[in-house]
Amino acid sequence: MILDVRALTKIFGGLKAIEEVSFKVRRGTILSIIGPNGAGKTTLFNCLTGVLPPTKGKVLFEEEDVTHKRAYEITAKGIARTFQNIRVFGSMSVLENVMIGQHTRSKEGLLTAIMGTRKFLKEEDEIKSRAFEYLQFAGIQDYSDVLAGNLPYGDQKRLEIARALATEPKLLLLDEPAAGMNPQETKELMELIRRIREWGKTVIIIEHDMKVVMGISDRIVVLDHGVKIAEGTPNEIQNNPYVIEAYLGKEEVF
Amino acid sequence: MKKILFMFWLSLLSMPFTGIKGGAYLFGGILVSYGVYFLLANIYGRTKIPSVPVNTGLLMIALIIFSLLLPLFLSDYYTDVAVLAGIYIILALGVNVVLGSTGLLHLGFAAFYGIGAYSNALLTTNFGLGFWSALPLTLVITSAAGLLLSFPALRLRGDYLAIVTLGFGEIIRLVLNNWDSVTRGPNGISNVPSPFIMGFEVGSLMYFYYLVLGFVLLAAFIVNRVHRSRTGRAWLSIREDETAAEAMGVNTRKYKFMALTFGAFWAGLAGALFASKMHFVSPESFTFMESVFVVCMIILGGLGSIPGVLLGSLILVLLPELLREFQLYRMLALGVGLVLMMIFRPQGLIKIS
Amino acid sequence: MFLQQIINGLTVGGVYALIALGYTLVYGILELINFAHGEIYMIGAYLGIIFLGIFTASGLTQYSLFLSLSLTVIMSVIVCSAYGFTVEKLAYKPLRNAPRLNPLISAIGVSIFLQNYVMLTQGATDKVFPHVIPVTIIKFYNVTMTTLQIFIIIVSFFLMAGLHLFIMKTKTGKAMRAVAQDKVMASLLGINIDRIISVTFIIGSGLAAVAGLMVAMYYGLVNYSIGYMAGIKAFTAAVLGGIGSIPGAMIGGLVLGLIESLGASYLSSEYKDAYAFIILILILLVKPTGLLGKSEGQKP
Repeated sequence: MILDVRALTKIFGGLKAIEEVSFKVRRGTILSIIGPNGAGKTTLFNCLTGVLPPTKGKVLFEEEDVTHKRAYEITAKGIARTFQNIRVFGSMSVLENVMIGQHTRSKEGLLTAIMGTRKFLKEEDEIKSRAFEYLQFAGIQDYSDVLAGNLPYGDQKRLEIARALATEPKLLLLDEPAAGMNPQETKELMELIRRIREWGKTVIIIEHDMKVVMGISDRIVVLDHGVKIAEGTPNEIQNNPYVIEAYLGKEEVF
Repeated sequence: MKKILFMFWLSLLSMPFTGIKGGAYLFGGILVSYGVYFLLANIYGRTKIPSVPVNTGLLMIALIIFSLLLPLFLSDYYTDVAVLAGIYIILALGVNVVLGSTGLLHLGFAAFYGIGAYSNALLTTNFGLGFWSALPLTLVITSAAGLLLSFPALRLRGDYLAIVTLGFGEIIRLVLNNWDSVTRGPNGISNVPSPFIMGFEVGSLMYFYYLVLGFVLLAAFIVNRVHRSRTGRAWLSIREDETAAEAMGVNTRKYKFMALTFGAFWAGLAGALFASKMHFVSPESFTFMESVFVVCMIILGGLGSIPGVLLGSLILVLLPELLREFQLYRMLALGVGLVLMMIFRPQGLIKIS
Repeated sequence: MFLQQIINGLTVGGVYALIALGYTLVYGILELINFAHGEIYMIGAYLGIIFLGIFTASGLTQYSLFLSLSLTVIMSVIVCSAYGFTVEKLAYKPLRNAPRLNPLISAIGVSIFLQNYVMLTQGATDKVFPHVIPVTIIKFYNVTMTTLQIFIIIVSFFLMAGLHLFIMKTKTGKAMRAVAQDKVMASLLGINIDRIISVTFIIGSGLAAVAGLMVAMYYGLVNYSIGYMAGIKAFTAAVLGGIGSIPGAMIGGLVLGLIESLGASYLSSEYKDAYAFIILILILLVKPTGLLGKSEGQKP
C-alpha cells in the first residue's frame, strides 16, 4: 500500500466538507475518485497534499504519517498534484515551469549560484535537460520557450502534469485532467496517464468524464456529500445501486 | 460628449482649491492634452507602447563603456545626480528581489536603507572604523534586520503585508528621530568620512562615481546570477502562485525569508554609500515617500526585470533633474503616473521573457 | 489627569472612528485598502476652511454664524463625497479585475497626487481655521474640556449611530451588506454593484469630510500632510476592530484614541505616533480578524 487514508475529516466552520473518509491505494494502480459537484473531492486532495490541514484522521504515505506535514514536505516525500483550476506560473516560460518541479530534487543555493561554481552549472544543466524530458513526455516540448500563460488550455493542462512529474513523485494526484478537453485530447490524455502508470507511478484521479474513469481506473472511490458511499472496481461501481442513485441518477436528471 | 462632461466635472471639483480661474485653466488643460493624446493615439495606431526587444549582452557592454566614460563629460552637478542614481539603482535592485521577483509589496524598505546609512555613520564616527571595515558589519546588521522583520511579514497576505511593512518603516524612522542619545535625533549625524582605497581618499565626486559604478555592476551581476538560479526560480514561483509553488516543493516561508534578507542586504549597501557620499545622515532621508519612490522605479521598469530596474531608477532620478522647471510637479506626476501605469501598463515599460 | 486623558482620547478616537468607517466600508465591499482615504479626510478639512472663508468674506458668517457653519458642513460633505466618488471611478474601477496589489498601488498613486495637489494649490504652510466659533471651557473638578470637544464626541456618536441604522434598515444599506457578502450572488439578485460601490465611497468620504472639518476646528490648523498619518491610524483602528465590521471600526477608533492619549501621557509622548503601528502589527499577528471580525473559513 502506497497510500493509506484513515477516517479523514475536514470541517469548514460548521460544514463537514469530508467526513471519515478511508481508503487505500496499492502501488502502481490508478484510483479514481468520483462524485457529484461539492462532494468534497478537491478538499480531499487538498488535505492529502498539505494545502489544507485536515480536522481529524490520518494520512499514511509509504507507512509514514504525513497528516500535518506542510505541502512542500509532502511533495519532497513523493506526492505531486495538479489543480482543478489551472495554476501554471503564467509569466514564466514553459520550461521554467517544469524546472520549478525539479526544486526538491536539486539543492544548489544562493552562494554557489553567485560564484557560478562548476557544481552549480552542472546541476542547472541537469535540471534543464530533465525538465525538457518531462516536456517531451507530455508532448509539449515545442513550446518550451513560450510563456506558460500564453499556452492553449489543453496544453496548460499537460504542462501541469509535466510539472508535477518533474517533482519525481511516486504518487500523482490529478484533479479533473480531462475537464474542458475535446474527445481527441481526452484520448491522448488517457494514453498519457497509462504511460505514467507503466512508468511505475501510482495515480489518483478526480474526474467527471465517465469514459475516462471507466477506461483507465483499477479501482474507484465514490464520494457524496463528503462521505464515501462506495468503493470497488469499475464494474462493481457501475452496478452499485447507491452510486446510481447518488451520482449516475442525478446525471440523468440533468 | 460624455468625456468632455467628465472633464468639466473634474475642473468643477478642483475649483474650491484652484479658484474659478484655475478650474477653467484646468478644464482647458485637460481638454487640450486629451486632444493631443487622441491625435497621437490615432496617428500611432493604438495606444499600446511596444515591448522593446533587447539584445542584453551587447547593450550591457555598450552601457558599461558609456558609464565608464560618462563623468569625463559631465559637470559636477550632473555627476552628483549620476552618483545618486547609482545608489538608487542598488537600492532598487534590493527591492526588486522582494517586490519584483517574489511579489511581496514591501512599503518599508527605506528602513533598511536607513539602517544601512546609520550603521555606517555610527560605526565610522563613533568607533573610528573606516568605510571598508564598517561595511561588512553594516551589511550584517541590515541583513539581520531584514531577517528579523520578515518573521511577522511572512504570515500575512499581500495588502496586509504592505501595511505592516509600512508600519515597520515608520517605527524605525520614529526611533531614528527620537533616540537622541544614539542617533542625535532630527539633527542627524554629520562628518561621516569618505571611503579610503589603499590610503587614498575617495573624496572627489568623480572618484565616488567610479566607486558607486563598481558597486552597481557588482550588484547587477550578483542579482542577475541569483535571478537565473534555482533560488530565483523559487522566488518567481511564489510571486506567480504561492499555493502552486508550495505544491511544487518550494518551501515558500524559507524563500520569503531569503528574499527579504537578500533585499535588505542591498538596501544596506545603498545606505552605507549614501551616508559616506553625503557625509551626513538624518531621519528625513528615510521616509515612507522614499520607500514608495523605489517601488515606483520597479513598477515603472517592469516587475522582476533587471534592465527594467535600471531604466526605472534612471528615469525617476534623472527626469526631475532634466526638467527642473517642473520640479514642483514631480510628485504630482509620480502619483498620476502610478495610477496610469496600473491601468494601462501594469507589467512595466520593459517586458523581458 | 486620567479622566482628562479619557476625554481627550474620546475626542480623537471619535475622529479616528469616522475615518475608519470609510476604510472598513470599502474593504468590506472591494477588499481594497483605500490608501487615499486619509487624503480625502485632509481634503475635507481644507474644504471646511475654504468654504467658511468664502462665507465669512461674503458676510454670511457675520449675519448668521449657524447658517454659515451649516452651509460649510453641507458643502464640504458634498464636495468631499464627489472627490471620493471620482477617485473610485478614475483609479479603482478600471482595476476591479486586476491582481490584488494593482489597485493598492493605484491608491498610493492617488494619495501622492492628492497630497501634492493640495500642497500646490493651497501652499505648503499650515492653514488656519477662521476664528469664528466661540469656545467655552468647562471645568469639572480638575478636568477641563471645551464645548468643541463635547460637540465632536456627540457628532461622532450621532453619525456612527446614523450609519448603523442606515446599513441595517434602509434598502441601500441592505444591498451594501449583500454585496459585501457575495458580489456574484448580489448581482444575480439584481443589485447594481457599481452603484453600491459608488454609494460606499460617497458615504465614506462624507464621513471623512466631517472628521476633517472637526479636526480643523479642534486644532485650528491643517496642513496638506495630515492625511497620511490620520489615514494610517484610522486604518489601524479599522483593523483593530476587525476590518469589514462597522461596529468594529467605531470601537477600534475609540480604543485607539484612548490608547494614544493615555500612552502619550503615561509612557512617552515622543513615540505617540508609533503606538498605532505597534498595535497594528500586534493585531495582525495575533488576531488578524480584529476584536469584532468574523473568522473566514480558509480556502486556498
